[in-house]
Amino acid sequence: MDELGALLHGFGVALSWYNVGMMAIGIVLGIVIGVLPGLGGPNGVAILLPLTFTMQPTSAIIMLSCIYWGTLFAGAITSVLFNIPGETHSVATTFDGYPMAQQGRAGEALTASFTGSFIGAFVAVLLITFLAPLVAKFALRFGPPEFFAVYLLTFCSFVGTGKDPAKTIISMMIGFGLAAIGMDTVSGDLRMTFGWSELLRGVDFLVVVIGLFGLGEILLSMEEGLAFEGKNAKINLKVVLQTWKQLPKYWATLIRSSAIGCWMGITPGGATAASFMGYGIAKKFSPRGSKFGTGEVEGVIAPETAAHASGTAALLPMLALGIPGSATAAVLLGGLMIWGLQPGPLLFVEQKEFVWGLIASMYLSNIAGLIIVLTTVPLFAAILRIPFSIIAPIIIVVCAIGAFTVHSAMLDVWLMILFGIVGYVMKKLDYPLAPLVLSLVLGDRAENAFRQSMLASRGELSVFWSNSLVGTITTLALVMLFWPALSAAWRRLRGSKRAVA
Amino acid sequence: MDKDRETAAPMRGAVSERTVGVVMAIVFFLIGVVMIVDNYRIGAGWASDGPQAGYFPLRIGVIICIAAAVVVFQTLRGERGKAFVTFARLRHVLVVLVPTIVFVLAIKFLGIYVASALFIAAFMRAMDRFSWLKTIVISIGVSAMLFWMFELQFLVPLPKGPLEAMFGY
Repeated sequence: MDELGALLHGFGVALSWYNVGMMAIGIVLGIVIGVLPGLGGPNGVAILLPLTFTMQPTSAIIMLSCIYWGTLFAGAITSVLFNIPGETHSVATTFDGYPMAQQGRAGEALTASFTGSFIGAFVAVLLITFLAPLVAKFALRFGPPEFFAVYLLTFCSFVGTGKDPAKTIISMMIGFGLAAIGMDTVSGDLRMTFGWSELLRGVDFLVVVIGLFGLGEILLSMEEGLAFEGKNAKINLKVVLQTWKQLPKYWATLIRSSAIGCWMGITPGGATAASFMGYGIAKKFSPRGSKFGTGEVEGVIAPETAAHASGTAALLPMLALGIPGSATAAVLLGGLMIWGLQPGPLLFVEQKEFVWGLIASMYLSNIAGLIIVLTTVPLFAAILRIPFSIIAPIIIVVCAIGAFTVHSAMLDVWLMILFGIVGYVMKKLDYPLAPLVLSLVLGDRAENAFRQSMLASRGELSVFWSNSLVGTITTLALVMLFWPALSAAWRRLRGSKRAVA
Repeated sequence: MDKDRETAAPMRGAVSERTVGVVMAIVFFLIGVVMIVDNYRIGAGWASDGPQAGYFPLRIGVIICIAAAVVVFQTLRGERGKAFVTFARLRHVLVVLVPTIVFVLAIKFLGIYVASALFIAAFMRAMDRFSWLKTIVISIGVSAMLFWMFELQFLVPLPKGPLEAMFGY
């Protein structure tokens, strides 16, 4: 077992005082970010990324990934206590979490959701530990056509699983367009800079993320008029132990939700879809399913386990293939490139210490995270009682600073505001934002893979079907792309059959 | 889920979702056109050494145009009368957006720390009428903390103005 040896070494890396400290800071910051409106996983990580430029990559990614875990945990706090999902993936948690809080069982609901999150994440980390190296080893054989095919599969599955294909495509293509701005790395030509020298270096994805998710979210919360009226959270050891005692009863739900989450995380379905699916399936299969929505513990566990499993599993394709499974993973991937690491399967060969340090830190930080959230919930719930008139300007100031520090340029701050407005409008019109971030981060890499394969094949598109591996992936991608049309046709076919019968 | 929110908003005194949806799609369409034109200029064809710089982006532009046309069509066929935002709510948005723009403008002249303190103070006074003492303590406190964190701890230089210059930074 190579993996176990490597993992043990990874624990050695992650367990230094400095890295454990970074873990704790990351989780606490993550919870704060997750609890606050307008700050979430992607832009929280994006704002703090510039601060890590000078840090060791391993410590930096440990801290940033811990912020991510923190935001995942935090979603449950606002959902249960305030009936306001801090993140979209915790919407499903409000269905049973808030009724439980109203019945005075907030402590039970929170304990159940945190523990469910922990179990989901743990399963996903186990999966990463054993599956990621295999995937990476397999992917070492990939050439440019294979990589382009995998990118294509990622993008196509977004289109295929999205609610509105046309809007998903626009969002994704805008991301590609933004990625193309600036100096073309292959030919040195200037693309879409319109004679503006400040656009030479392109539009940084961090600035876009901070604008879309940060300022955009603030504008949205302002419009909807936030009023936080929360229930009190009391968690003591007795409640925790009592809740834990009844958890084994829900083993089937835990396993189902973990599996759904892992699958949705690896394929870019996302934590939000995973949490709804986890909830829906638990409702269908549970003997108490009809009572869901009135304050069932199982209804809290199911979505939280799936969301956390999916959020964690999203790092698997990021580490093994260099393809992020979620918006936050996309930002982390951007971080890798900034720290001078080349994402992709070679990471497992060339940066063993980094990869296994990160994986080991996932085990540790989820345990640490569980302890921290269980002990400090009242503190974080108090943050939400700070008036919005103080929180909102501080978040905007932090967004502005975050955008400025990327390149020390005022233009970026203006771009951040522009993307804030765009994000607000796009969100209201139901344009998905994750595809935009994904293609903005991956755009250059996808284009390079495409151009390299075209160079090798002298412009023959048939290179994408030149061997069984690349052919399978490309075909799969096209199936995913036309999935909505295919499934509609299938349904019509079956419908007409039934009509005949 | 979306329905409750939309039906609650009365149609009077509101911008309709159709209008905004169509305008946004047209904006995307125009972006697509700009991409096509600009990338055609630098060469979007096939050179002897493979695809030219504009090859990929030009096709992206074409896809945007097609998808935007589909969205315009869908939106026009979709239901009427849904409100995008009522004017009353739009005011809430502008109450944040306009001061934010002023704040970013002010960064250039005052530096980010002074501008931030004024920005936070303005919000606290205007929205919730906090007492002057609380306003001053919190706004200056936050700015001072940011200064400590960025200038002193992380050594990340942010835009500074005349006040910081007086203290020799």
